[in-house]
Amino acid sequence: MNEWVALFLKIGFVLLLILQGVPVLIWLERKISAFIQGRVGPNRTALFGITAGGFFQPVADAIKLFFKEDITPTAVDRFLYFAAPILVFAPPVLAFAVIPFGNRIGDEHLQIANLPIGVLFAMSVMSIGVYGIAFGGWASHSKYSLLGGLRSSAQMISYELTLGLAIMLAIMLSGSVDMREIVNHQIEAGRGIFGWNVFGGGNLWLAPFGLLGAILFYAASLAENNRLPFDLPECEAELVAGYHTEYSSMKYAMFMLAEYAAMITMSALLTTLFLGGWYFPGITDPQDHSLGGGILSHLVFATKMGAILFTTIWIRWTLPRFRYDQLMNLGWKGLIPVSLANLACVAVIEVLTNPKH
Amino acid sequence: MRKPSLRVKVWLFLPAVVKGMLMTLRRMFSRKSTLQYPDERHVPRKGYRGEHRLKKDEQGRMKCVACFMCQTACPAECITIVAGPSPWLDRDKIPVKFDIDMLKCIYCGMCEEACPCDAIELTPTYNVVATSRAEKLYDINKLLSR
Repeated sequence: MNEWVALFLKIGFVLLLILQGVPVLIWLERKISAFIQGRVGPNRTALFGITAGGFFQPVADAIKLFFKEDITPTAVDRFLYFAAPILVFAPPVLAFAVIPFGNRIGDEHLQIANLPIGVLFAMSVMSIGVYGIAFGGWASHSKYSLLGGLRSSAQMISYELTLGLAIMLAIMLSGSVDMREIVNHQIEAGRGIFGWNVFGGGNLWLAPFGLLGAILFYAASLAENNRLPFDLPECEAELVAGYHTEYSSMKYAMFMLAEYAAMITMSALLTTLFLGGWYFPGITDPQDHSLGGGILSHLVFATKMGAILFTTIWIRWTLPRFRYDQLMNLGWKGLIPVSLANLACVAVIEVLTNPKH
Repeated sequence: MRKPSLRVKVWLFLPAVVKGMLMTLRRMFSRKSTLQYPDERHVPRKGYRGEHRLKKDEQGRMKCVACFMCQTACPAECITIVAGPSPWLDRDKIPVKFDIDMLKCIYCGMCEEACPCDAIELTPTYNVVATSRAEKLYDINKLLSR
């Protein structure tokens, strides 16, 4: 009984984290873009007379989207057309199930499901998202949507390789595919923040390779989420809006929600795999299993995620977009060889320097 | 022509990416150029060319002598003058009709430059609305009252 209550509480919390994280991210996106461009951004929307720097703008947007007319074009493949937004939104939420978002409170680990193959689960679930985009493009019966969907499929499949190789690196450094084990290894490496996989997971010889791996993971995750500078599926200039051209009202909102949810999940994955999860030396104590310690560890986790999300938004409003062939060249001829070489170097150095071997 | 390899370029433009990121970070904290319109209003600089007015002299008479210089100088041909006899001794004519079609006007200020009596002037007024075309046809009374 008790464990069911705890499980539902955790599920509710994760859903809340993702669903409530999205409006905050949209607000941040609009504010940061405005600040970079020398504007002030949304600042008029008020709830009970409180403007809070336009913080409630996404709420107003959501209400507007909710009451907009939902147009379904006559020529669409109805089943796939309706399935696509769900298929895009479900994977990032599902993948969050295996991510430990805090230390344990009492006997309850702050993680919904502790799969022994956590990393593989997250990886395989995240790659379902490409179906949603391809279906959306195909079912819409529109040339723009189709082109956007095709581009997106090609891009996501290409960059998944880099993503996978970067994840391999984290698995090699930690010696496990269990998410909780990966975090524990980074804590028990015992060198403070230099135990994190981004700094080689306790072996300082590997620090530059860990850093490179984290950067590769980050670049590939940007491409996976269709974020600038890799936002070819949408590319307003050529394809109207890509795969969601023919969608309106809440179905469109679902795609938008999915984009930000995927950002949140990817940043959580990066935090867990490379940045030590919920651990920060001196702030969180791995032995502290009280309620306060659990909340603190979650706050540390959220702060790391926030920093990554901020960088994602910051990159979007700084860098120009890649052309399609440049994107493919970068993916296949740039990132994949580099990540393969990185992986090989780590394997060799790990064997040479680790006293356990 | 052989295309240069992107692989080399990727590493070459990484420092440029970092530079650009730092620039946008600095921009994030710089002064905003937005004007919160209904609360703050734009103040035109000195010499701004807005809508016209006809000037009066010290005795309250209009300065214009109906010389047609402004009408001739106007590139948009928006000024229509009809001259009549002057009631005063210091000039021969005054305009009985002085219409400016504000919808044709391009606010170039040529009329102001052409005027020998300094009688016509462009004011800094820039935000005037009208609900019909007829309202934008300014006659002599309207121009003198501004």
